[in-house]
Amino acid sequence: MKFLVTVKRVTDYEAKIKLKADKSGIVTDGVNMIMNPFDEIGVEEALRQREKHGGEVVIVSIGTSDSTDKIRSALAMGADRGILVKHDGPLDSFAVARVLAKIVDKEKPDVVLMGKQAIDDDSNQAAQMLAELLGWGQATFANIVTLEGGRATVVREADGGLETVSTTLPAVVTTDLRLNEPRYAALPGIMKAKKKPLEEVEIGSLGVDIAAKVKTIAYEEPPAKKAGQKVADVASLVTRLKTEAKVI
Amino acid sequence: MATHLIVVEHTGGKLVKATLSAVAAAQKVGGDIHALVLGNGAADVAKEVAPYAGKVHFGEAAGDRLAQPWAKCVADVAKSLGATHVWAAATGAGKDLMPRVAARLDAGMASDVSAVLDDKTFKRPMWAGNIIGTVEITTTIKVVTTRPTEFAVPAPGAAGEIGAVAVDPGTSKMTWVKFDAVVSDRPALSDARVIVSGGRGVKGPEGFKTVVEPLADVLGAAIGASRAVCDAGWVPNDWQVGQTGKVVAPELYVAVGISGAIQHVAGMKGSKCIVAINKEPEAPIFQVADYGLVADLFKAAPELTVALKAAKG
Ligand SMILES: Cc1cc2nc3c(=O)[nH]c(=O)nc-3n(C[C@H](O)[C@H](O)[C@H](O)COP(=O)(O)OP(=O)(O)OC[C@H]3O[C@@H](n4cnc5c(N)ncnc54)[C@H](O)[C@@H]3O)c2cc1C
Ligand SMILES: Nc1ncnc2c1ncn2[C@@H]1O[C@H](COP(=O)(O)O)[C@@H](O)[C@H]1O
Repeated sequence: MKFLVTVKRVTDYEAKIKLKADKSGIVTDGVNMIMNPFDEIGVEEALRQREKHGGEVVIVSIGTSDSTDKIRSALAMGADRGILVKHDGPLDSFAVARVLAKIVDKEKPDVVLMGKQAIDDDSNQAAQMLAELLGWGQATFANIVTLEGGRATVVREADGGLETVSTTLPAVVTTDLRLNEPRYAALPGIMKAKKKPLEEVEIGSLGVDIAAKVKTIAYEEPPAKKAGQKVADVASLVTRLKTEAKVI
Repeated sequence: MATHLIVVEHTGGKLVKATLSAVAAAQKVGGDIHALVLGNGAADVAKEVAPYAGKVHFGEAAGDRLAQPWAKCVADVAKSLGATHVWAAATGAGKDLMPRVAARLDAGMASDVSAVLDDKTFKRPMWAGNIIGTVEITTTIKVVTTRPTEFAVPAPGAAGEIGAVAVDPGTSKMTWVKFDAVVSDRPALSDARVIVSGGRGVKGPEGFKTVVEPLADVLGAAIGASRAVCDAGWVPNDWQVGQTGKVVAPELYVAVGISGAIQHVAGMKGSKCIVAINKEPEAPIFQVADYGLVADLFKAAPELTVALKAAKG
């Protein structure tokens, strides 16, 4: 079985995100960059499924050559090879989906594993859009993935409980936080990753329209919350809630 | 003039209230408002929606709520109406469905918007709410999901016209298998006036039973949780509040043993009044709390429960 796993390079979730002085975007100088945590879960899931079903795990990332080290991290975890689609500049989720559709045409995976959302733009769109462009079934926010009999049966995190859906393969699956716990790459893995194939493709060579359908035209910081107060004990808390906040 | 199509969410034969945030957002743009109810029981739900839309269309033939067939139904109806905007609430269901609708309509989509500036420009949180972006959709048709906590429920008006619409789910690759609901007689997180949330400080499922639940009981509150405790399996995943969980904005939010990571805060900082109980004076949760109590939660929370009971008489 062939797995295609998408990996986006994003700001570290622990980093302090600050606006540039001219408000044209966020400060990235000196900010640590990581593999989108949901994508890391996707890599882990593909590796576990490969252990069960055999096959190949291919990593794809769209970005500048800086994204290479995130692909290498996935290879160090155990993925087989990588593809970097070279692009510099913003790209909306729809454009990401259109580029990925081209890669899928070439690679013909059985399962595309993606993160449910990129933790920078928080869009939560690219995977569902890709599934629609391909005419495939989708299972978003996966909690358990079972591949059997040419189908993916997925327990997914839904509002109010766990929903199970099933779709024929090929399919697009997005990961939720509790699907698995990604492994750490061990030193031998890291050494091996350096020799694994990593193909670079210029985005322009794919013949895909990447014009933005959605543009971020301004950035701002949310209004600061006015500082709260510490209360000495439970009794004064109750009094404040009653007389000041009037919520009880 | 704009023509809006609101995709109505429903569960157990009832309208999901978050849908009304999409109505409120569409009203900000102005124009005709159509609503579309799909799936089993759609005709009944249509009646519930009628006071909020000029026209309500229901299509029971869409079948089970699945992204692939429903995206086709929504896109078909949007096209036949000449819709300029297709809206839904940014719930789990809306997030699953709407990007597919956008792709099918070749439309740009803005997710989880918190404000409507004009017919094509919206504000939305990014980077876990650290940044608010202003986005412009450049396509003729615009697909938008709305953050339920950011739009007040619109006042009901005269009941709109209700009519059946022919929908064709097409050939889908997907089948629905089952739903395992979290059973609870507490209010739903998204509708609750008061929420008590527990974090890793609660120490385990026992702590939720003995400390968080009694406090929630006396407040008539829903229970929420941090990611850490959902991951640990102490409580259902559905209780997770935050960037990648639910976004809530109750009148009162009590955070018990939660450190206040930005990913958690992203989901609750819109609450009107925030109380935090944490033994660590430097915990970041105190930066967003209106009232902070530095204390051992195993002592303070039960004390608070007793005091609230007494205050109620
Ligand atoms: C991609 C990604 C997405 C995420 N999404 C979310 C999300 O949606 N929601 C979310 O909540 N998190 C999310 N997180 C996780 C988040 O970063 C934090 O790890 C998490 O919120 C921490 O949970 P916590 O506050 O319960 O635990 P901790 O950070 O361990 O805090 C426990 C707190 O309890 C206090 N405490 C301990 N004992 C006591 C006591 N006896 N009395 C009083 N106080 C006590 C401690 O002082 C501490 O402040 C996400 C992380 C990532 C990487
Ligand atoms: N530049 C990119 N390169 C590779 N994958 C991406 C890229 N952008 C988004 N994705 C994938 O799409 C998922 C959802 O992204 P988004 O729709 O932006 O929230 C992410 O978790 C990634 O798996």
